Amino acid sequence: MQALIPAPVLLPLLAAALKLAIGGRLRRLHALISLATLGAMVVISLILLAAADRGGPLVACIGGWPAPTGICLVADRLSTLMLVVSSAVTFCVMLYSLANAYADQEHLAPMAIFHPAYLIMVAGVADAFLSGDLFNLFVAFEMLLGGSYVLLTFGGTLPRIRAGATYTVMGLASSMLFLIALAITYASTGTLSMAQLAERFAELPQHLKLLVELTLLLVFAIKAAVFPMSAWLPDSYPTAPAPATAVFAGLLTKVGIYSIIRLEALLFPGGPVSTILMWAALLTMLIGVAGAVAQTDIKRMLSFTLVSHIGYMVYGVALSSIAGMAGAVMYVVHHITVQTSLFLVTGLIERRTGTTSVDRLGGLMRLAPLIAVLFFIPAMNLSGIPPMSGFLGKLLLVQAGLADGGPLALTLVAGSLVTSLLTLYAVAKTWGKAFWRSPPAAAGAEETVLDSEESSEEGAIRTTVMPPWPMVAATAALVVLALSYTVLAGPLSALAGRTAGELMARQPYLEAVSGSGR
Amino acid sequence: MSLPLVPFALSAVLIAAGVTLLLERSLVRILVGVIVLSNGVNLLIVTAGGPAGRPPFAGTEGMADPLPQAMVLTSIVITLGVTAFLLAMAHRSWQLTGDDAVQDDTEDRRVRIRATAGELSRGLRDRERSYERLVADQRAELARLDAERIERERRAAAELESRILEINVDLGRWMEAHKNDGLPAEELLRRFEEARRQEEAQARGKDDRVRELRDDFARRQREQDAAEAELRRKLRTRQREARRKLRAAIREDLRRQALAQDPELEGED
Repeated sequence: MQALIPAPVLLPLLAAALKLAIGGRLRRLHALISLATLGAMVVISLILLAAADRGGPLVACIGGWPAPTGICLVADRLSTLMLVVSSAVTFCVMLYSLANAYADQEHLAPMAIFHPAYLIMVAGVADAFLSGDLFNLFVAFEMLLGGSYVLLTFGGTLPRIRAGATYTVMGLASSMLFLIALAITYASTGTLSMAQLAERFAELPQHLKLLVELTLLLVFAIKAAVFPMSAWLPDSYPTAPAPATAVFAGLLTKVGIYSIIRLEALLFPGGPVSTILMWAALLTMLIGVAGAVAQTDIKRMLSFTLVSHIGYMVYGVALSSIAGMAGAVMYVVHHITVQTSLFLVTGLIERRTGTTSVDRLGGLMRLAPLIAVLFFIPAMNLSGIPPMSGFLGKLLLVQAGLADGGPLALTLVAGSLVTSLLTLYAVAKTWGKAFWRSPPAAAGAEETVLDSEESSEEGAIRTTVMPPWPMVAATAALVVLALSYTVLAGPLSALAGRTAGELMARQPYLEAVSGSGR
Repeated sequence: MSLPLVPFALSAVLIAAGVTLLLERSLVRILVGVIVLSNGVNLLIVTAGGPAGRPPFAGTEGMADPLPQAMVLTSIVITLGVTAFLLAMAHRSWQLTGDDAVQDDTEDRRVRIRATAGELSRGLRDRERSYERLVADQRAELARLDAERIERERRAAAELESRILEINVDLGRWMEAHKNDGLPAEELLRRFEEARRQEEAQARGKDDRVRELRDDFARRQREQDAAEAELRRKLRTRQREARRKLRAAIREDLRRQALAQDPELEGED
């Protein structure tokens, strides 16, 4: 079983190397390698999740070196659960982007660059989830950032270079901050292995502990786009290609959230930082959703809701109770799936009409009923309409907040409900404008524009053919996956509860790592 | 254990310089900033590994800590990769725009466009309001002058009348006094008539002058009204022109923005 732990990191890296060796030829082989790799990741993650859920955290130390010196990968319930969801999402997005590339007749160049960058990013995400020491986490961040830099500036067009500059500089700044935090940590404790750190931080003086915690928290908050550090996200994500945006939105911010969970639960349990986190969560929720309400572009609107809903997860973590942590885990699982599927649907809309601006869209309900359904379900899910998973996640968080009972926690409960309502308003506005109403006047003669198969004059809706079925199928698969959380709500929330229990207890993790050396 | 001051100070200086450069707009400066910053941070990590000058292999006691060095190597390699990527991006940016400055984000630009539009229209509104105030002031001044003139004329007429009355009374008294002087009644009547004619002629002259003044005043007022209308018309044209320009500028900005946001349209630009 231990041999399987490095597989989610190794497989995509090997596949990326293989693809670079193959080059731009052999399209079918490329597609086969990508899908086989990501499919294998799904299976392996499921096996790991089952094993970790039954037998406690699994540890694999690379090269047989024990924990403090060697690099250890730890697969506990949280890591494997995140792995399962992320690999399922990356598999669907890969399917989508394959169909996208075929439809665009971009056989050669994108295949040669897109897939390796994508796979390296996937490997980075998996490594971040599995990593058992902080430096390895840094390397994982660099892997996924490196892949995302390439994906974001894909094609090198002007808007992507503009957005990429902001994104890259932001990523670099946070990496440097991470390294500084690592230097402080190593100088004060002499180790970077998380299990050892968890024991040694307890012996440090309070101010030093706080310094390390705040620096690390700042790094992860930048990655997760928590409010004062969130301005980079809505500007950079929407310009990327649709599959890249979808997987960024689904996974990259959640890696930040995952790291915050690890930090708060394992390294610094019960610190004074949770008050700061609560305020950050409240501001993230409210300011993010206020931004979403003001947007007219669907992608930008979704990016702002992404920022806003990061607040829910931070809120769950900040409660530092088992119930809050379980709510956060549940919400992460739900949000990865739903946010990704929303961005994929937006990609479908863009492919169908040539625009994502709601001012120019209209009448999609009649034009493309399937896309309309695929947009409507995750949109309602995002805003928490019962009985979908968004509602379940929010319910768990609200219950945890009420159980906490403090004034700040109750404020956050109120804030989260307001945010939920405003999210509903934002997506309903988009729905009404893009799908429900008749096409805007700019479209001119409605019939001719809607019937024409090629792009019409400027200003009108540009109608292309229906997206190829694998794209629609991949999107639909994610939508169904998100819906299945409702059916599986019982086992899933029980799993989230067990995960949170394991996280808050800390002992299983520490024992597993210290036991691995012998 | 003493604090390794020199490496600390050096890395602090490097990090400060790096951060300063990182805040620049030009990508090349940012790149230099990243390099300087990463050197400072790497130095910090090496310093965290313990004092310098320890042997690399000498049992386990007193040996130099290999972990920070391994970490620094890794971070050097990673920084190299990212630096190369940033350099490529700076080059691409220069290819596309002839510049490597990092631009403002879309939200910033949108807010700025709105702010300029608001400022311009506020300026227009202010100008319009001040012009209206000027016109109202002029109106009030005219009305005041008008009222003054009417008052003066009224007073002059009253004076004239009182003088006529006085003269009549004088005349009556004079006639009473000279009734018995022996002047023939015809002569008296003639003189009386003459005096009245003279008075009437004088009064008529005054009336004429008043009418003339009034005409003159009316003409001047008409002229002023015409000038005012002309001014208003001109102002309106100017305002319309300014508004049209403003609207065109905003539309152009929005169009550019839409293009910048919409990667699909980039090719058609």
